[in-house]
Amino acid sequence: MSILLIAEHNNSNLKVFTLNTITAASKIDQEIHVLVAGYKCESVAKEVTEIPLVKKVILCDSLIYENFLAENLTPLIVKVSEPYTHIIASANTFGKNFMPRVSALLDSSQISDVIKINNAEEFLRPIYAGNAFATVKSKDKKKCITIRPTSFDPAAKSGGSASIEKIEPSDCKNTCKFIKREETKSERPELGTARIVVSGGRGMQSGENFKLINSIADKLNAAVGASRAAVDAGYIGNDHQVGQTGKVVVPDLYIAVGISGAIQHLAGMKESKVIVAINKDGEAPIFSIADYGLEADLFDALPQFLDELNKLNTIQK
Amino acid sequence: MKILVAVKRVIDYNVQIRIKEDGSGVNTDNVKMSTNPPDDNAIEEAVKLKESGKAKEVVAVTIGEEKSQETVRKALAVGADKGIHVKSENYIEPLGIAKILKKIVEKEKPDLVFLGKQAIDDDCNQTGQMLAAMLDWPQGTFASKIEHKDKVIEVTREVDEGLETIQINLPAIITCDLRLNEPRFASLPNIMKAKKKPIEQLNAKDLGVDISNRIEQIKVEEPPKRKAGIKVANVAELVSKLKNEAKVI
Repeated sequence: MSILLIAEHNNSNLKVFTLNTITAASKIDQEIHVLVAGYKCESVAKEVTEIPLVKKVILCDSLIYENFLAENLTPLIVKVSEPYTHIIASANTFGKNFMPRVSALLDSSQISDVIKINNAEEFLRPIYAGNAFATVKSKDKKKCITIRPTSFDPAAKSGGSASIEKIEPSDCKNTCKFIKREETKSERPELGTARIVVSGGRGMQSGENFKLINSIADKLNAAVGASRAAVDAGYIGNDHQVGQTGKVVVPDLYIAVGISGAIQHLAGMKESKVIVAINKDGEAPIFSIADYGLEADLFDALPQFLDELNKLNTIQK
Repeated sequence: MKILVAVKRVIDYNVQIRIKEDGSGVNTDNVKMSTNPPDDNAIEEAVKLKESGKAKEVVAVTIGEEKSQETVRKALAVGADKGIHVKSENYIEPLGIAKILKKIVEKEKPDLVFLGKQAIDDDCNQTGQMLAAMLDWPQGTFASKIEHKDKVIEVTREVDEGLETIQINLPAIITCDLRLNEPRFASLPNIMKAKKKPIEQLNAKDLGVDISNRIEQIKVEEPPKRKAGIKVANVAELVSKLKNEAKVI
């Protein structure tokens, strides 16, 4: 057995979720080879060589991979995949975009969003937005798998010394052209990886009122999240959305403010380690999964919350 | 331009699912079924392109048991011109579904195929990309905005970092995000009219593709339940608990 893992990066740095995916891969087999495809991305390849769990880095540097277009990456991955038994990537918009293409060309039935590895053939994955867990066994010789990064700890980043093999790019048809990427800039931690997330829902009543959430997030060095209802009402941008149609987050602390707890939202946050709910409706479903529930008007509670935090001598960052 | 839209019948998104006691799957008997939500966005976008004069014909296709026809009928009621129902009594994995859709594409020769980005039952998020690879077409996945410009289409994609815009040549595959548009409801007269629109029936096993499943579902179970929490009396108690009991701040 051996694993080909596709690294996610921005041509300068490795994206942290790749580390979580490497941990998942190591539960299948120790022979982990990482493909770094990009443009002027040699520094990323070097970064990957230092990960102790990685045995070899395959570097393919070409302008056609600069923007990680699935149409261009797929032929390369299919070609490189020849000797491997498992092809693995993160189950985020990076991996979800190309892995099914790879899988289709290899005539292999992909296993998406794996949250637990039982053995090299058997995996656990959520279905119905996490309302059920399915244990599945793949009968394909070559298995294409995407890993939900938040279900695994990140692998250690230093101490390794894997070799780098450089390879030539594959042909591509140029049917897809990258135009632009609009990244949401924020001083706060990224929603997907933050240790603490403070989210607001429809109960916030306006975008202006999100400043109450923001000030608490700043105090706790937390990311700001939102329910779909708040996003649809235009209070906050979609990149803040937590839920089945937004991001799945697993922070140490999740604070849901003015969020009733629709199934849709719960799917994105119910694996959080500690959940706090602040809502004036004592019957709101969010209370059924909250470790600490506070039945109160958020417009009273949030300023008090900030006051109490200010009284603390130390706050973990 | 001709557009093919693939739709799937799933358990309605408002239904709290029930897992069968023997762990063999999720109970679908006497459960409200609907069109997979992002598939509604796919139909809506196709119909809008037709209304704007950019598309001539919209064909809706579904694969599944007899009752799956309802999803095609609904697509016809909101503006699709013709339906195709590929019958199969058994669950088919996305790989097999993509192979069937490829056959339909070869027959119907659409310029664009719209699908929902993901089905809310198996949550695979694979079919569109697989179909694109099998046809060797470009893809615009998780589309929240599309702009058709002659031989190309500009797609704004919802990605983890924010938004990404790409330009793809036709023919192409688009998988639709929920924010792409606001799906309309079918009016009663249109529902009546849809009953007269043609639905072609095919059998999955007659299409000459390998649709055997490669994944064995060993069991389906409830996710671990969270332990019941407590209610705190006030903000001071909450902060104290977070600091001293949960030790997260």
